[in-house]
Amino acid sequence: MPDRRNRARWSRASRISVRVSFMKYIDEFRDPAILAGLLREIASAADGRRIRLMEICGGHTHAIYRFGLHALLPPSIDLVHGPGCPVCVLPRGRIDGAVGLARRPGVTLATFGDMLRVPGSHGSLLDAQAAGADVRMVYSPLDALALARANPGRTVVFFAIGFETTAPGTALLLRQARAEGVKNLAVYCNHVLVIPALRALLAGGSELDGFIGPGHVSAILGGDAWAFLPREYGKAVAISGFEPLDLLQAVLLAVRQVVAGRPAVEVPYARAVRPEGNRKAQAAVSEVFETRPDFAWRGLGIIPASALRIREAFADWDAERRYGLADVVVPDPPVCRCGDVLRGRAKPWDCRAFGTACTPDAPLGACMVSSEGACAAVHQYGRLGRSAPDFQEAR
Amino acid sequence: MSTSSDASRGSRAPSGVVTLVHGAGGRASHELVASVFVEAFRNPMLERLEDHAVLDWGGRRLAVTTDAFIVQPIVFPGGDIGSLAVHGTVNDLATAGARPLGLAAAFILEEGFPIDDLRRVAASMADAASRAGAPVVTGDTKVVQRGKGDGVYVAVTGIGAVERPVAPSIHRARPGDRVLVSGTLGEHGVAVMLARGNLRLESDIRSDSAALWGLVEAVLDACPGVRAMRDPTRGGLATVLNEIAKASGVAIRIVESGLPVREDVRAACELLGIDPMYVANEGKMVFVVPPEGADAALAALRAHPLGRHAAMVGTVEPEPAGVVLAEGPAGGTRRVDLLTGDPLPRIC
Repeated sequence: MPDRRNRARWSRASRISVRVSFMKYIDEFRDPAILAGLLREIASAADGRRIRLMEICGGHTHAIYRFGLHALLPPSIDLVHGPGCPVCVLPRGRIDGAVGLARRPGVTLATFGDMLRVPGSHGSLLDAQAAGADVRMVYSPLDALALARANPGRTVVFFAIGFETTAPGTALLLRQARAEGVKNLAVYCNHVLVIPALRALLAGGSELDGFIGPGHVSAILGGDAWAFLPREYGKAVAISGFEPLDLLQAVLLAVRQVVAGRPAVEVPYARAVRPEGNRKAQAAVSEVFETRPDFAWRGLGIIPASALRIREAFADWDAERRYGLADVVVPDPPVCRCGDVLRGRAKPWDCRAFGTACTPDAPLGACMVSSEGACAAVHQYGRLGRSAPDFQEAR
Repeated sequence: MSTSSDASRGSRAPSGVVTLVHGAGGRASHELVASVFVEAFRNPMLERLEDHAVLDWGGRRLAVTTDAFIVQPIVFPGGDIGSLAVHGTVNDLATAGARPLGLAAAFILEEGFPIDDLRRVAASMADAASRAGAPVVTGDTKVVQRGKGDGVYVAVTGIGAVERPVAPSIHRARPGDRVLVSGTLGEHGVAVMLARGNLRLESDIRSDSAALWGLVEAVLDACPGVRAMRDPTRGGLATVLNEIAKASGVAIRIVESGLPVREDVRAACELLGIDPMYVANEGKMVFVVPPEGADAALAALRAHPLGRHAAMVGTVEPEPAGVVLAEGPAGGTRRVDLLTGDPLPRIC
């Protein structure tokens, strides 16, 4: 869900220079003494009280395991991994749709690197490529436009995925394609919306005390977009960046809200998130996209008004219309507990398939397919050479 | 033949067709090698899965290695496919403690490749070979149809002499040993990634491509008991440490803040969302040394022009066997596993 560190920057036409000063800025957010101080403050604020916080964003899940934060927090604080991994929540039928497009003669399929290895029912895009399909990894939606210009004899289909963070980039691609009259380009739109997913998750009641809000989505939507969580559901919210210091600071604020019984939206990630968000990006998205009546999320099921589709005005560039793609629902294997993991009802190691039938090399379920998925993060960083249930004892 | 003994531990044998993931040096590469090549060629020397083989010939020991080079772009900051082919081969010989004697080179050329470019590659290769003391003494040339190659591929075989009573091996790491790296990590991989031009990042980062026999010789003089050496090329330091931990049945614990990484390489990796520990090097060596020899080995490294930024980065522990652990800035410990495929810039 986060546009992993400044992705927007390289979608600009100009080149960025990698400078030494960059890391001095980052290092302040990883300072061991400051982190230790925050951990002490969190322990004293929680005071042994059991508090369950969901980090919504897959980028947060990844960072939490990458930096081992889950093991450093007081044992009474439980971080529950949320549904904010766009690769994970994309249903298999949609992967199959992309693989089908890639196999069409004359089509070049362009997408982000994370999507290439995700298995559909008949293999991944990488498998399709090995079988002769023309699949290209791009770093920005606008790279697809450059591909289309460079290959006038082929149709470039951009397989667009992601939450509110990546949707503006796709919107700009469509605007630009229309402005230039580029005909050999289409977009297979799979953008999804995080707020309807959270509402669906909370609808059946929830044991969660609060949320660590997603930094990059909030940079687009604004901090105010989360006001419904404290108001309607009584949940604490602290919007976090992606460094250890950001995350611990957000945990501390959320814990204080819970303990004080005063849920609110706090934005410690103020260096990126404004209350109203990025109005230009919001305008681009609403010009190009409209809400679908419903969308079948992998692991979460059908959620009303939870995804975007391309508006009539841009119909010529809509791959679903151009190729008459139908939605096919392909269920996950029954042993897979991704739905429970994405809802925060189960930990990855509670699933029988975790690490045995389901690994990052051969994922069965949604949460193992991307490095931001909770199961993949635990598999990559968490296993310390012991069996999975040792995690609970280790805490 | 680079791989670990993963397949012997019951992991899945790959089926279907070869994909790019099989070439990335991660878990899939290991499984492919183990289930196809080790299966087919099975012999005790190959099954050790070192980057070299040492053949005994009338009481003398000859080291042999072979490596194929495919890099885009062919010329990158700090080197080109020619110098890279020499350095990679000489460094694989060095992991056996072998002085390079000579190289054999095979060129696979694509129809349409400019002969002037080929001449430049050959000149750079000759220069690197002469500096490394390893002349190219025989070779072969083939041409494939346009579209069936990528300009030029180079495959190089190296022969070296093991003249000291040493037998470094990735199977010999023991609890208590120290892990050293000869310098800063990740420069080659980042330089090549940025040279491709599609990331729109600019930097002064140059490949570290270099021949390391001189450096290895200095370490062997200072610390003859070196247990293991391996050059952290494709897959980076993380992959090499996993290979050593698995082959030796030990754990390796490293402290992330102690890893030598240039600031601009760290910055580029941060922007791309990749971990410098997994990024390729072409002029670095990882050493596992017994604790009593660690200081001498480190001093010898730092005294050498190619080892000025050498660092002690970790220790070998008995448990958990086959696992690499990293201590992060906040004190949390995480597992450093093999990658499934290439380290990719993350979307989101």
